[in-house]
Amino acid sequence: MKYYMLILSLALSFSAIACSNNAPASQDGAEHSTEQTYGIGIGDKAPDFKLKNVDEQVYSLATIKDDNGNQPKGYIVIFTCNTCPYAIANEQRIIDLHNKYASMGYPVVAIQPNDPAVQPGDSFSAMQKRAEEKNYPFLYLFDEGQTVFPQYGATRTPEVFLLDSNLMLRYHGAIDDSARDAEGVQVKFVEKAINALEAGEVPNPATTKALGCGIKTA
Amino acid sequence: MRILMKFFPHATPLLYGLALLFFSCNAQPEATGQSQQQFDTAWPAPDSILQGIPIYATFDRIEPLFHIDNDTTYIINFWATWCAPCVAELPYFDQLVDAYQGQKVKVILVSLDFPRQFETKLAPFVRERQLKPTVVALADGHYNDWIDKVSTEWSGAIPATLVYKGDKTEFIGNPVHAVEDVQAVVERVQ
Repeated sequence: MKYYMLILSLALSFSAIACSNNAPASQDGAEHSTEQTYGIGIGDKAPDFKLKNVDEQVYSLATIKDDNGNQPKGYIVIFTCNTCPYAIANEQRIIDLHNKYASMGYPVVAIQPNDPAVQPGDSFSAMQKRAEEKNYPFLYLFDEGQTVFPQYGATRTPEVFLLDSNLMLRYHGAIDDSARDAEGVQVKFVEKAINALEAGEVPNPATTKALGCGIKTA
Repeated sequence: MRILMKFFPHATPLLYGLALLFFSCNAQPEATGQSQQQFDTAWPAPDSILQGIPIYATFDRIEPLFHIDNDTTYIINFWATWCAPCVAELPYFDQLVDAYQGQKVKVILVSLDFPRQFETKLAPFVRERQLKPTVVALADGHYNDWIDKVSTEWSGAIPATLVYKGDKTEFIGNPVHAVEDVQAVVERVQ
């Protein structure tokens, strides 16, 4: 009988674990998803933030507008930086994404997650300089204190989180299938995902991977 | 040759001939100990060799390296000369080679440098640093097609390290800060 009790309690605790794994994400979106070890998974609500832009103003997703001054239909959140060769290789593609989609309701929101103490080339003043030189048309926010990227589960630059108007994560990964060379692009993942949202469909693929620079932490 | 057949059952004898030609032409004395070290194992043949560095054009060409089923433990680190945290941890991989001297443990550095910098940056770096692990380069830029084949745990950020022996695998997705970090993983897969 003791054995039965033991097995039963084991089975119950296992099912409890299984259930908590399958539970929908909590409101702040920081709940672990089934697919990722930390951060948000597809379908989870992305956490909002208050971060300083290169124009010294503080922005949050709740206050960001699209190019027409309207509430966005979605947000192309991209963790990127000044220094990573892969971020640099994708810089023009990020500018192009904003120029193409911000007026359609999907602005790019770039966030620089590296610790400038480890990577001086990613200091706030260096970010301002880069944004000015390249005339960034999008917000370039500084994740000061590195509190936002872990909530999203970002690990590298560049890394895209496409959110819908409800801040639900709909696509996560690379801009396209050729992060290294713009000339080699065959599939534009982010554009494909936005087109899917516009058509009321589920992005496919919803997640992709690409080489990038690990986010620099002390 | 039987080992080669195992990995490339469809390759034609002509390809073997070409590969042999590559080996004999490029195995110059200047290639230090590296080329000798790599060819005595069950390794996939590279597409080319640049100053002693085997270069694989696509992931499927190097993939057998991740599935060698013998009693050797493979420590495979992904890095690039442009990646500062990768370069910072290279001394630990040098130390691993020393630590496992005479044991069935193989340390391999897979460079993901830009192919246009293989000759201008990677080769001089490898030469100057006299790196102890075997260095190979992978030129495949269609990352989404192959990152999961290395490890589904890998996001694509480098540095990244895979340790395996037979079918026991462990993935390290963060920079290594001490040689003991990797040794602990090696003990777990052995």
